[in-house]
Amino acid sequence: MNNVQKKKRANKSLPFFFKDEFKVFFVIIFFSTILLISTFTFDKVPPILNRGIQPATFPKGLLVLIMFLTTIIYYLSFKNPWKKEKKLPKPFFLTILSFILFVIISKTLDFFLAISVLSIFVSYNWGEKRVFYLLLVGIIFPLVVFIFFEMILGLRFPPGIITNLYYY
Amino acid sequence: MMAPLFSSKLLIVLLFGTLFGLILGVLPGLGPTTGGALILPFTMTLDPLSAIVLLTSIYCAGTYGGAITAVLINTPGTPAAAATCLDGYPLAQKGEAGRALGMATVSSTVGGIFSVIVLVFFAPVLAKLAYEFGQPEYFALAIFGLTMLASIGEGSPIKNLIAGAFGILISTIGKDFMTSIDRFTYGINELSVGIGFIPVVVGLFAISEMLTQSTLLDQVFKRVALKAVKLPSLDDYKKTWKTILRSSGIGSFIGVLPAEGGTVASLIGYSEAKRFSKEPEEFGKGSIEGIAGAEAANNAATGGAMVPTLALGIPGSATTAVILTGLIIHGVRPGPDLFREQPDFLYGIFGAMLIANVLFFIFGFFGAKLFARITLVPNKILWPMIFAVSVCGTYSLSQSIIDVWIMLFFGVLGFFMRRFGFSVVPVIIGLILGELVEGTLRQSLVIFDGNWLMFLTRPIALTFFILSFIALAFPLLRSKKQKN
Repeated sequence: MNNVQKKKRANKSLPFFFKDEFKVFFVIIFFSTILLISTFTFDKVPPILNRGIQPATFPKGLLVLIMFLTTIIYYLSFKNPWKKEKKLPKPFFLTILSFILFVIISKTLDFFLAISVLSIFVSYNWGEKRVFYLLLVGIIFPLVVFIFFEMILGLRFPPGIITNLYYY
Repeated sequence: MMAPLFSSKLLIVLLFGTLFGLILGVLPGLGPTTGGALILPFTMTLDPLSAIVLLTSIYCAGTYGGAITAVLINTPGTPAAAATCLDGYPLAQKGEAGRALGMATVSSTVGGIFSVIVLVFFAPVLAKLAYEFGQPEYFALAIFGLTMLASIGEGSPIKNLIAGAFGILISTIGKDFMTSIDRFTYGINELSVGIGFIPVVVGLFAISEMLTQSTLLDQVFKRVALKAVKLPSLDDYKKTWKTILRSSGIGSFIGVLPAEGGTVASLIGYSEAKRFSKEPEEFGKGSIEGIAGAEAANNAATGGAMVPTLALGIPGSATTAVILTGLIIHGVRPGPDLFREQPDFLYGIFGAMLIANVLFFIFGFFGAKLFARITLVPNKILWPMIFAVSVCGTYSLSQSIIDVWIMLFFGVLGFFMRRFGFSVVPVIIGLILGELVEGTLRQSLVIFDGNWLMFLTRPIALTFFILSFIALAFPLLRSKKQKN
């Protein structure tokens, strides 16, 4: 028995709500339904100004199409179950955590501090333990990028505790 | 034709673009699409021609660069080089890495130049035809583009269609362009202007790839030693010239169709090379014809994909979607008028693509050994740096932090899409075509006084609808035939 068959069989033995097929189906249908409901709140154009169709009609049609096609792929998955994906490793979740940290720090403290923290955090958790390389990716490189964007592109970065030291 | 290129500035841009494209192509996970999206903000400092020359040279060289990694470490630097691994790596393992790379370099160059010739002759003809197109025809053409994408793209056609519809849905976020009514903005002012192309592209390609790399940290690459790239021998040329020409034709044709051109073209080019070969049993064991078939096709798709991009404003691949964005943000509107009003600009692009193909031949021939060393940069150093450039590049276009968060959102979304077999390319094409699809549909309905059946009275539109139907039915028939 080859690996694909083994994986398919492993996926088959799970209750339906644990299967990837159902999870994907559920997520798409759930969000499409929410979006579809929200299209009913869009303003309507008075008939005299309306050109062709109402602004909500096109997104509504797309959402119905997405839901219909999702139902088809879910139905087809009964005949051909998807192969079960490997469990996600720890560095993946740490990388996602670093994105969350990035959003929090860039919003509250400083955009460049957020880049530095993320770079060092990701590099360290992906296995880099040498201080020089951590400084390279976390401080030297972001500094080079900052200077490049600031001087050559004339970009002004959002204010923050470190960026302000440069601007003021 | 080449007159606009005889300026030192443009030649420097061309040299830089080719070198940068090669580096991007060599690095697995990056590639011309992500690289083009990353460099797009920098092009704002350039004039329109220099900007597009930069992007197209990255496209040509990046597509070839993938072959270096495919041959030496059995990992395609770009998806378009996947078929090159099948014979490139086995040949390299036999101690003939130089011969494998030599054939990849020659066939890529021939394929690339062939496709530029196709572009020069075919794009103006298509542009002329486009004068006959009204709103209904453009709507039908966009629908045809999306169905082709589903049909000949990678993976499940239905999943590709869902991804394409999702891309169009993203394009509806913001103020409705005909009535100025807010859609899906939920009171967030920044969303009123819609979602930019760059945050979505960088998120779906660069950030999602960063997440993918986080799951592959235990992967060890074994690099085959390379002494020097060797030009193919006379015997090799005799064996492969028909394959190179056939694949160049296949690649150029596939490239014209809106889909992930290079990837599909190389797979078809490879399988056709095997079908016509006198030694099909050698394929997968280091066949020189296999390398030639795949590489000529994927580079031939570059010029092909530029045909609908320039003539109709419909991207032929994900990278040409980035180039199309570059054209738009520099105020150049692709389409028939561009051919009439700015022929110098177009000939500049054609000439640049031609020179880029020659340049990557020279760089590839003399520098492949050096470029191969770039793969030694560890991911734990490389990806945090790419993240820094992605964030700053995304921020720089509109100077909006919301764009950065949108990029991160699409990065996570793109990772899960790819994990569950949804290609991200249709999202990009859908996003680019979204406004065209909706705009032309609504304007057509105004013309037709709301009567949908009137679409069927327009011969060109009807032809595109029939072709769309065939494109949708083709995968179903193909899977049924495979089962039988």
